Amino acid sequence: MTISLLLLLIFILTATGYVIGRARVAKMRNQVDRSERPHSLPRYYGYMVAIYTALPALVVIILWIFFESTVLTGLVSKQLPADTQALPQGQLNLILNDIKNIAVGNMSQSTADPVRTAAADHFSRLLDNSQWARNILAILVALLGMFFGYRSIHKDQRARVFVERAIMIFLIACSSLAILTTVGIVFSVLFESLRFFDKVPFSEFAFGLHWSPQTAIRTDQVGSSGSFGAVPIFAGTLLISAIAMLVAVPFGLMSAIYLAEYASPTARAWIKPLLEILAGIPTVVYGFFAALTMAPLMRNVGEAIGLTVASESALAAGLVMGIMIIPFVSSLSDDVITAVPQAMRDGSLGLGATKSETIKNVVIPAALPGIVGGVLLAVSRAIGETMIVVMAAGLAANLTINPLEAVTTVTVQIVTLLTGDQAFDSPKTLAAFALGLLLFITTLILNIIALRTVRKYREQYE
Amino acid sequence: MSNSEPTGSATERSTAMRNTSEIVKASVKKRYARETRFRLFGLIAILASLSFLAMLIITISIKGYPAFTQTFMQLEVILDADTLGLDENPDVSQLLKANYSGAIKKSLLQTFPDVKKRKDKKALYKLISKGGQYDLQKKVIAAPELIGQTMTVWLPVGDDVNSYMKGIVDVNLPEKKRRFKDNQIGWIESLKSDNRISQRFNRTFFERGDSREPEMAGIKGALFGTMLTLVVTLVLSFPIAVAAAVYLEEFAPRNRWTDLIEVNINNLAAVPSIVFGLLGLAVFINFFHLPRSAPLVGGLVLSLMTLPTIIISSRAALKSVPPSIRDAALGLGASKLQVVIHHVLPLAMPGILTGTIIGMAQALGETAPLLMIGMVAFIVDVPTAVTDPATVLPVQIFQWADLPEKGFVEKTSAAIMVLLAFLILMNAVAVYLRRKFERKW
Repeated sequence: MTISLLLLLIFILTATGYVIGRARVAKMRNQVDRSERPHSLPRYYGYMVAIYTALPALVVIILWIFFESTVLTGLVSKQLPADTQALPQGQLNLILNDIKNIAVGNMSQSTADPVRTAAADHFSRLLDNSQWARNILAILVALLGMFFGYRSIHKDQRARVFVERAIMIFLIACSSLAILTTVGIVFSVLFESLRFFDKVPFSEFAFGLHWSPQTAIRTDQVGSSGSFGAVPIFAGTLLISAIAMLVAVPFGLMSAIYLAEYASPTARAWIKPLLEILAGIPTVVYGFFAALTMAPLMRNVGEAIGLTVASESALAAGLVMGIMIIPFVSSLSDDVITAVPQAMRDGSLGLGATKSETIKNVVIPAALPGIVGGVLLAVSRAIGETMIVVMAAGLAANLTINPLEAVTTVTVQIVTLLTGDQAFDSPKTLAAFALGLLLFITTLILNIIALRTVRKYREQYE
Repeated sequence: MSNSEPTGSATERSTAMRNTSEIVKASVKKRYARETRFRLFGLIAILASLSFLAMLIITISIKGYPAFTQTFMQLEVILDADTLGLDENPDVSQLLKANYSGAIKKSLLQTFPDVKKRKDKKALYKLISKGGQYDLQKKVIAAPELIGQTMTVWLPVGDDVNSYMKGIVDVNLPEKKRRFKDNQIGWIESLKSDNRISQRFNRTFFERGDSREPEMAGIKGALFGTMLTLVVTLVLSFPIAVAAAVYLEEFAPRNRWTDLIEVNINNLAAVPSIVFGLLGLAVFINFFHLPRSAPLVGGLVLSLMTLPTIIISSRAALKSVPPSIRDAALGLGASKLQVVIHHVLPLAMPGILTGTIIGMAQALGETAPLLMIGMVAFIVDVPTAVTDPATVLPVQIFQWADLPEKGFVEKTSAAIMVLLAFLILMNAVAVYLRRKFERKW
């Protein structure tokens, strides 16, 4: 019996629980004596029995799935011959993997040796037993729960309160998921990063000027042993982000000013959604455009005026990224500019200032904190942007501030280090998590500062 | 005009005033010029952004539209059992394994009997796509009685012929510099004059999975992968996000815990998507041992990523329901939860759905976190379950963009066009929902 069939069965039991729970109370409702009538509407008693049926059974299933593989693996490895058991952990894991693959049928039996085949038989028997045990236990628990819920129905029982409390717990759990996600992110990058800093000292990572994460597969191989100085990567990230902001801030800000102060309502109604299309285009499309159209264009223009432009220049990637961020800057700035009270504009216009003077001397200074907050959010976006740089920026870590050369970024390195097959605990893959930790911390700080500024600014005028 | 300034007579003062007004008058022109210039800058900024948008869409459309057609060539294929390597009464398993490419090659040689040299033969064989044999296989299996006869079939041509027919090959280049040679052009032109070449709608593009041959590559696998991933995302993120929004907006007391949750949600909305990919890799794959490259894991990661978006817009929708609705229901004796479930939620639903669609559109275009969890593998089969290895449309685009064959440039652009079409559709539905159900209280 597969898991989906089991879930279907549990669902049917739950529905049955609802029906019988409801039916039991429905009879009591017609009592003439009001004090003899049940506390809640019949359907709440139905929901109550349903909850008693489904919840414990689901908990059993989830726990079972959680521990099944560990327990089974332990049992199988105990059955293996002694010399196999004595193998180092890594090899033992490989053998166990093979056994599982044979048992599930992903690997043909004929190619495997008899030890593995026997173990695989054992494993699949265990798996079979375990599934039967799981199914029987889950159904038993569901039936018991249903029985208990049904028996507990009583006219004074506050079924609605019970059900509402259960729903409240669900709501609170869902909203706490945000915290869980953050904790998950922090832990997942932190642990791997700590393991990385065990192998590579933090000072080398933070101040080293040379980045070449290729480690030789065998120790006797010729080749670099891998060096993890991340300064060129930070420099590259900053360079590309700076180029992007040089494009996005002036264009975004001027568009926002025009839209908020000059454009007619009709023009605004048309232009704003059009600009927002730019923000809705997937970044992989921008990446394709940057690599295929922008980069060759840059190179040709550079050649025409006598400059050598690398085919994966920071300029092309930064430019396209800047264009992507324009709507981000413009819509955030638009919000804060329109939030500036009209009275301030009227005062300035009444003194004889032109509209542009009013904007430059009154509106922008008043809106500045909000605009700065928006720009900071945009910077955090530029730093974390991945696909454009993966497709259009380079892989080699050059330490340069020349925008015509190829540089690499934190996100490019994370992607290149983690795509493709390699041992999970090599410094190379762990380095990706260290970079991820850094990226997360940087963007988190930028976001917190930006959100604080924007919030304070809003409160000032509300 | 105070008298406290005894210095300066009335005339002096009037000259000073004239001076000021003269200064103002003299500068007015300049100031107006500055005003116009400022306004122009604003207009230029907007026009530049919009023209970039136009440029992006136009270049991609120009590159992508040829991918929607495929050139076919008419061939007289002789299906004799010898060439195919078949017995007298072949069963299906034999038919599956028969040598169709041999039959195609033979008929190509018959069409151009003067090709004798080995090198020329090789060039000739390249006219037909490697996928041609599968088309022929399908036709033969459908009608095995044709074996031994001559069959007239239309077969897809190879990548180079395809590019040539679409005018992408620059014929003026010296022969050595292009992959498509002069003798091949000659063959194609002679076939064309016999009306044996035709361009048709490229159904392969929508009916096949990924392939290493550009003319055989399709987006069906990626589309199904995207669909499965988005279903997982929607099933997980919609109920959780609505529950979270309802709690935070309707029930949560103002205390440190709820403040923390709010700050967290706002921050998560701005965390780079690749970090979610790292989370998925470390937690779902390395800790929970879920299968790599599976839509299940992709959906889990994407739903964590879209949750903040949906929560924030759902809260806005809940906030816009006026308190009088709640008061009326409470006054009639409903419990707080009944008020929310029976009255507030249905009224806020259009806004919540709009936010959900926008969140889904965001998930649809996301690539980076999916690279982290291994959805970047080369997968030919069309996935059918959430645990099958799969890829999604944006990742497919990323993979094709890296390939050197010229045919993949148009495939990539065409896949982008399909992706953008879906995004436009989703956003249009969101706008429609908002327009149709928006209520002014």
